[in-house]
Amino acid sequence: MTEELAAEKRNHKMYGRASVMFDDPPYILSAASVVGKKESEGPLGTCFDCIESDSMLGRKTWEQAESELQTRAARLAVRKSGLSGGDIRYYFGGDLLAQLIATSFGSMELELPVFGVYGACSTMGEAMGLGAMTVEGGFADNVVVTASSHFASAEKQFRFPLEYGNQRPYSATWTVTGCGSVVIGKRREPEREYGGRRDEEEILRAAAGADEKRAGEKTRMSVPFAKIAGITTGKIVDMAVRDSMNMGAAMAMAALDTVLRNFHDLGVRETYYDRIVTGDLGQIGKRLLTDYMAEAGYDIAERHLDCGILIYDAEKQDTHAGGSGCGCSAAVLCGYILPKIKSGEWRRVLFVPTGALLSTVSFNEGQSVPGIAHAVILEHAEEKNG
Amino acid sequence: MEIDKKEYGKYVKKVTPAHELWKDMLRAFVTGGTICTTGQVLLNLFLAYGMERDAAAAWTTLCLIAGSVILTGFNIYPKIVEWGGAGALVPITGFANSVVAPAIEYRAEGQVFGVGVKIFTIAGPVILFGIFTSWALGLASWIGQTMGWL
Repeated sequence: MTEELAAEKRNHKMYGRASVMFDDPPYILSAASVVGKKESEGPLGTCFDCIESDSMLGRKTWEQAESELQTRAARLAVRKSGLSGGDIRYYFGGDLLAQLIATSFGSMELELPVFGVYGACSTMGEAMGLGAMTVEGGFADNVVVTASSHFASAEKQFRFPLEYGNQRPYSATWTVTGCGSVVIGKRREPEREYGGRRDEEEILRAAAGADEKRAGEKTRMSVPFAKIAGITTGKIVDMAVRDSMNMGAAMAMAALDTVLRNFHDLGVRETYYDRIVTGDLGQIGKRLLTDYMAEAGYDIAERHLDCGILIYDAEKQDTHAGGSGCGCSAAVLCGYILPKIKSGEWRRVLFVPTGALLSTVSFNEGQSVPGIAHAVILEHAEEKNG
Repeated sequence: MEIDKKEYGKYVKKVTPAHELWKDMLRAFVTGGTICTTGQVLLNLFLAYGMERDAAAAWTTLCLIAGSVILTGFNIYPKIVEWGGAGALVPITGFANSVVAPAIEYRAEGQVFGVGVKIFTIAGPVILFGIFTSWALGLASWIGQTMGWL
């Protein structure tokens, strides 16, 4: 074998400059979403697994409340996967708070080895990419990927105390109180699903009608939500946007860059995907993305959705441009997008969470607000016989 | 695909909806007017009950501040500002709101490092530059008087 050929063989998962297509794609075994009251009153209200009407979640501070969101969503995702905590090798988590405290304190009780990830509101995409590569590379059999945000903790950190009166511009977004968590793992064959003595015994008992309900749940759980076919990791794109209250404008060109990069790396067009779902561009960002995509020669208007626009009713809920935050794309992914992929309504979706990279320090020191976007290619997982 | 940042900035401005100035000004006028009228009514009441003018003015201010603090505590004041804008921010009630809001929010971080350090995060600049401006004007006035210009 020539050296070139050997290199090609070694690099066969790498596509273009920034994309990966998996040989043995990992699966999203389960997904769980936990949201707050306002999100439950939005158009997707009935899609989420768990609704917390107490914005403090029974804790003492907003930061603790956000941690609680992560703990609950991750626990639920693991439970829905039919696995136990011991089957999970790593936890990939992220949030918006400084030093990632919602993730640190939220994952503490789970007692899992943790990778803390920060990609602003694009965190879910970044963490899923890392989680999927870890699983496919054979470094873990199952991982949990979680991202959260909380309206109050984000307002407190990035803007003003909640009780302070101020007017929000129309370009402003509303930080979602919510969390999405997925379990990524290798697909389990039915016999492997029930592998191990304990499970075998359970099946026998279920077959004898002793535990019908449980067996039913297990069978349902064995169908994964989706397959992660590949990822495209985004680069930081600075369009010199200086308005921190217009994050859609700051992020739209990062989404454009990542989507175009994905098309280029894979040699595909927009028609390759049933839906292209961005994270939290909002109304203004959506307009900018579709307009510039059209200029680049791709008409995505029909297939583009934005989690931030989906989650709230802008008219009734007074959220202006839409929802935002790590929890926005994560919760919408788990509550709305993945079930549609699982049912086969959408066969292939490009999920592109978007993030605005700023802190109050960088902003006050006169830096612009650059954006980033990470794409994950999600495909319908065919039912396996047997 | 190369995109010119200036062109992009212009396009962003074009597609971003702006607030309607005249509607906002009308709302601010109504809100600010209502707060000031309330103050005037209070002042007249205190005067009618035989209070000295200075004392009546001080009590009026106190009542407005107390009202704003209570409305902030019940999370009603932010809603008034959302509707009335500067009409609710400029009067003393807005100033009270900007001090009480951080006090409530940062209470969880302790009495010293939370409330103590952060209570003036919003009002701090107003206090600092307000005092500085009055000092500068005082100095100008003193110079004017000693030179016989005033």
